[in-house]
Amino acid sequence: MRNTFSEALYREATQNPDIYIVVADISPAGSMSKFSAQYPERFINVGVAEQSMIGICAGLALKGCQPFAYTIATFSLYRPFEMVRDDLCYQNLPVTVVGMGAGVIYSTLGGTHHTMEDIAIAGAIPNMQIVAPCDPAECTEATRWCARQKNGPVYLRIGKAGEPDLTKNAEPWIFGKLRYLRRGSEICILSYGVITKMAVELANRLAEQGKSVSVAVAHTVKPLDRDGIVAALKNHKQVIVIEENVPQGGLAPQAKQLAWESRAQCRLDTFTLQDKFIHNYGSYEDLLASHGLSVPKILAATGLG
Amino acid sequence: MTNTQRNSFDAAAARKRCLAYRRRILDISQQVSALHIGSAYSCTEIVDGIYHGLMCYDGKGASPDTFLMSKGHGCMIQYVILEEKGVLSRADLDAYCTPQGRLGVHPDYGNPGIVAATGSLGHGLSMVCGMALAEKGRKRDGIIYTVLSDGEVQEGSTWEAVLMASSLKLDNVVAVVDNNDFQSLGRTSETHPSFYPLLDKFWAFGWEAAEVDGHDSLAIFEAVTGRKGGKPFMLVAKTTKGKGVSYMENVPIWHYRSPNKDEYRRAVAELEAAR
Repeated sequence: MRNTFSEALYREATQNPDIYIVVADISPAGSMSKFSAQYPERFINVGVAEQSMIGICAGLALKGCQPFAYTIATFSLYRPFEMVRDDLCYQNLPVTVVGMGAGVIYSTLGGTHHTMEDIAIAGAIPNMQIVAPCDPAECTEATRWCARQKNGPVYLRIGKAGEPDLTKNAEPWIFGKLRYLRRGSEICILSYGVITKMAVELANRLAEQGKSVSVAVAHTVKPLDRDGIVAALKNHKQVIVIEENVPQGGLAPQAKQLAWESRAQCRLDTFTLQDKFIHNYGSYEDLLASHGLSVPKILAATGLG
Repeated sequence: MTNTQRNSFDAAAARKRCLAYRRRILDISQQVSALHIGSAYSCTEIVDGIYHGLMCYDGKGASPDTFLMSKGHGCMIQYVILEEKGVLSRADLDAYCTPQGRLGVHPDYGNPGIVAATGSLGHGLSMVCGMALAEKGRKRDGIIYTVLSDGEVQEGSTWEAVLMASSLKLDNVVAVVDNNDFQSLGRTSETHPSFYPLLDKFWAFGWEAAEVDGHDSLAIFEAVTGRKGGKPFMLVAKTTKGKGVSYMENVPIWHYRSPNKDEYRRAVAELEAAR
């Protein structure tokens, strides 16, 4: 996904001289090296200095440019948090903060490299928008949108490498709209971001059982498509939310809130990371499973297994 | 990038302006309980010098240059200068810190003449670097001026920006440290002795740097316009907190508080005697 981000951004940068990328000492993946070679004056490496990464982006945006801040998610959002809040969000500047390898993708690097609560934190800041693509193709759409929007700041939460294509037969990507990867009538699985792969695998298993299953991605986590979520709750007998974020502040609690407000009649189960740090190691999937996020565990917990 | 300084500087006029600004700030202080009067008085000559000596203007009053008040708590001096220039109105300053107004204790982005929201320290210099990069990217020769507090130079983020400005060769950055040697809990030279010598630290980080009396308007102007260039420029301006009113000078309480009626009368008498 980071390679498709780089390629999409490079393509946008060839057409718009106002696009800058400010990185914090991260190896130039994919087309990032093409960007830096071709436009060295618009490729800024601040080194291990994330506060200045955000501040420099703010200064560029205050002069009308369209900057991207790019590094591993924990260092792009947590380390310079007050700069994100004051410089970008308070001033409502069109800067994209890219959180690469978000969630627990950097599984073996340990808790210092995980962002388990980035959605909750970014989502709590007024003016901040959050876009979290589920696959490389969606990352391209999201990056293009970020490069052209002037609404204000965006937290673009992306994966790292090797994410499968999930959206080949999906509806078009529209900012702020829930996007169905497939449509069914009985069960709807709601997800976003890299963990959507698990939602699709779950849907496949349920389809094998003869169930009619929808998979919908809330790629725009903020502003959330409230009407779209309410419709999904209304049109299915059962809704399952799968989310790579702590129980607070993400899609899961908002789906519950919308279900209450809309008097939804469906069964609603939510699966998120737990409110505890991870001190064990293994693959990305191993870490998710340790917090109850796996297809067999979800099947068992929902009574669908 | 070269900046041919086109301005000349009238030190006597600057002195008059600065006395008038101090008086105006003093009057506004009677509307509110706090307005960082000491912090504004310590950088009065610096900010005046930037607006009236260093920044260039076209016939319509527009400037290719930019001023960002990194020490946001000192912005009262910026407000009164913007009022005099007609960028802010008298009504704006009369409604300072009230529900009817739009000006608060720290500068807010979106208000006329305010290029960035500051108040939390250690944010300004990185934003200045971004602005300076944008100017270079667009092949414009505007200078980005900023004023930092000395307490602000303790922020790690300030040093990130100091390192970046020189690494990116941002010779269109001119920063001034309002070195009044005071922060909320006392003299910086006592709480942080290793803070000094300050000048050497900027040279070591690849800046051109100079030190002047921060209440000597002509010295400020000459130090900045006389810089060699080719590097970002840092002026360490030695100042007195609360400068201009004897009982405020170097007394930390005046960092923040407003004078009472009796104190106000004494301050007015001092400022008027100096005119």
